[in-house]
Parts: sequence; structure tokens; C-alpha cells
Amino acid sequence: MPKRKEDAYQEFVKGLWRDNPVFVQVLGMCPMLAVTNSAINALAMGGATFFVLVASSFLVSSLRKWIPRQVRISTYIIIIATFVTVTDFTLEALVPTVHKELGAFIPLIVANCMILGRQEAFASRNSVRLAVVDALGMASGFLFALFTLGAVREILGEGALFGVSLFGPDFEPWVIMILPPGGFLTLGLLLLFFSWIKERKQKLEQRLAQLEGETQ
Amino acid sequence: MNELLWIFISALLINNFVLSYFLGLCPFLGVSGRLETAFRLGLANIFVMLITALCAWFLNTYILIHAPYLRLISFIVVIASTVQFIEMVIKKLSPALFKALGIFLPLITTNCAILGLAIFATNRGYGLVEGLVFALGAGAGFTLALVLMAGIREEVELSDVPALIRGTAMNLIIAGILSMAFMGFAGLFSST
Repeated sequence: MPKRKEDAYQEFVKGLWRDNPVFVQVLGMCPMLAVTNSAINALAMGGATFFVLVASSFLVSSLRKWIPRQVRISTYIIIIATFVTVTDFTLEALVPTVHKELGAFIPLIVANCMILGRQEAFASRNSVRLAVVDALGMASGFLFALFTLGAVREILGEGALFGVSLFGPDFEPWVIMILPPGGFLTLGLLLLFFSWIKERKQKLEQRLAQLEGETQ
Repeated sequence: MNELLWIFISALLINNFVLSYFLGLCPFLGVSGRLETAFRLGLANIFVMLITALCAWFLNTYILIHAPYLRLISFIVVIASTVQFIEMVIKKLSPALFKALGIFLPLITTNCAILGLAIFATNRGYGLVEGLVFALGAGAGFTLALVLMAGIREEVELSDVPALIRGTAMNLIIAGILSMAFMGFAGLFSST
């Protein structure tokens, strides 16, 4: 069945790039800006969200025929909250230092509108296989965005990546980048960069179409 | 007394929910287009935060000591249903008030600022009075940030901004500058 395989691939790439939850849809920002002051924190947060999103999509999609329409949103939230609690306790037991650094922001994954959005928009109306693939794509896109933001902020703010110094002792760190304003500024500039790429691509396509019209 | 004042000022200015904890960003970016709406949303938010502090205190003291692993789920369920219940009461008792604030209530019930308030109050071990003061400060801080943002955005509407940067990118950069300004408040209490 080559067609179905292609579908699944499309769903995956959609989340990773074309409909990237952060850069394109601008969703799930509350938990993401606060913890992206270093690449390692960003990865931990991304990993936690990854697990919660994939597990909830799987469960919601498997239960989609039994969840009554009227109470579906509350059901999704309770499913998500359960997985977040699991993640919270697991991280606390396995990596206490990271858990302490992320603090209250692990429980706040529940309020990430991106996760609830995927349940409502996708998992509740598609087969388990497609729902999981969609969740994998979206979660990877989220992880990618978090990591980009965390890496940019750590490189500029501390001159390091994963705690390894990059520029030597002469580099004067931009402290503002690891403080809250740095999060807003970095994400703003990244969004600007992405819309610039998009506009350039559109202009290029227009120009191509025009040229084709002229040659005919 | 001094302790309470410190909690209030800290939540209002120094650790502003929006500008230094990044909580409640969705309404901050979505509903800050007009001053009037932003102010009303802020008021509704203060109201929900006070209810949240009350619920969180009640759950923590009477129920969650027996089952701490239910914390997150019970916070969400109890807060959401209490707000919905009060929404119905207001609708019955004062239609005018409902018209002014009511439409925002469903929007903010599952907001991360609300849940964040409950979790922060729990982690710091606040009692009932401290929790309520914290909620008041955080809500007022949210309103302040929202109103400032809306004011700036109304001005920006009239200025000549390149089309490329308009929208979320510009709002985030404005928020970054606001957040930088609020960092100045961090010096308020450093000497004491």
C-alpha cells in the first residue's frame, strides 16, 4: 500500500516543518519560553512534551469511539493530566537536578494548547496509526523549535552549548539572552526570519509563474 | 503585614506572570489589540485567580495531603468547574456584570497562568491569606502587562511598520522590550 505510507510521511513532515507548532502556528508558547534558557533544559522540556503528546494521542485515538462528544474536552484534559503526572514523577526520580531546574513548568505542560489542539483536531478523528504519526511529527517539530531557541539563547547568553564553552574566555556573554526578555526577543526574531523565508519563496514562485506565462 | 506586601509587590512587578514567567501568553498576544477589551480581560483574570487561590488552598489542606499524586488532575477539574458554576451564578444575579466579564471566563479557565498560580502557591507553601494576596498581585500584574501592551499596540497600528514584521513577531519584540523594562523593578527590594 504505497499510498498509505505516503500519507503517514506527509503527516510527519507537516508537524516538523510546514505546520511547525511553534514557528508557524505559534502554539504552546507559555511553557516553552520560560525553560529555553539553555539547550539542555530545552531538550528536557521537549522530551517531556514529546512523551505526553504521543501517549495522549495514542490513548485518545484508541478511545475515540467511546468518548461521548459532550464531555470530550474534559476527557482529553484528564488523559493529558494523567500522562503529565507520570512524566513529572518519572523525571523527579531519574534526573532530580533537571526536574528542579524546570520546576513548576513540568506540570504546566497540561496547559500547553498545542497538545489539546492535536487531540481535538486530529487524534479524535483518525486511526491510531495516523494519530501517532501526527503526534510524532508535531512533537518533533516542538522539540526542534525548543532546541533552536535554547541553543541560540545559550550560545549568545553564555557563549556555550551544553555547558561547553565555544568562544573562549574573551567572549563577553549577552546576559540579557538568558533572562526573560531574551526569550521574547529570540522568538520574535526567529518568527521574523521564518516569515521572511516564506515571503521570499512566495515571490520566487510568483516570478516563476510570470516567466512561464511570458514564454507561452 | 510586611510579608504580605512583599508577596503582592513581587507578583505584581518583579516576578510579573506574563513578562518574567511567560504565563498567560496566549491571551497576552491574542486579546491585547484593544485597550478596553484588554482591561476587562484583566479584571476577569483577577477574579478567576482569586477563586483559584481559594480552591487550591482548600484542596491542599483538606484533600491532597491524602493523595498528592492527584494534585494536577484535581486542580484542573475543581478550578474549571468552580469557575463555570460561578459564571452561571453571575449570569443569573447580574446580567450586566456577566456581559462585561462573562465572555472571557471560559477563555481563561484552562489558561496556564491560572494553573501556574495554583502550582506556585502550593510549591511555596502559602496559606489562605498569603495565597489570596498572591492571586491579587499576580492578577493585577497580568492586567498591567496586558493594558500596557494594548496601549502600545494601539499606537503601533497608526505608525508605518513594514508588512513583514507586523503580527506576532512584532508583538513578541515589543513584549521583550516591556519585559526588559520590568527587570528594572528587580532592584526594588535588593537592599533590604
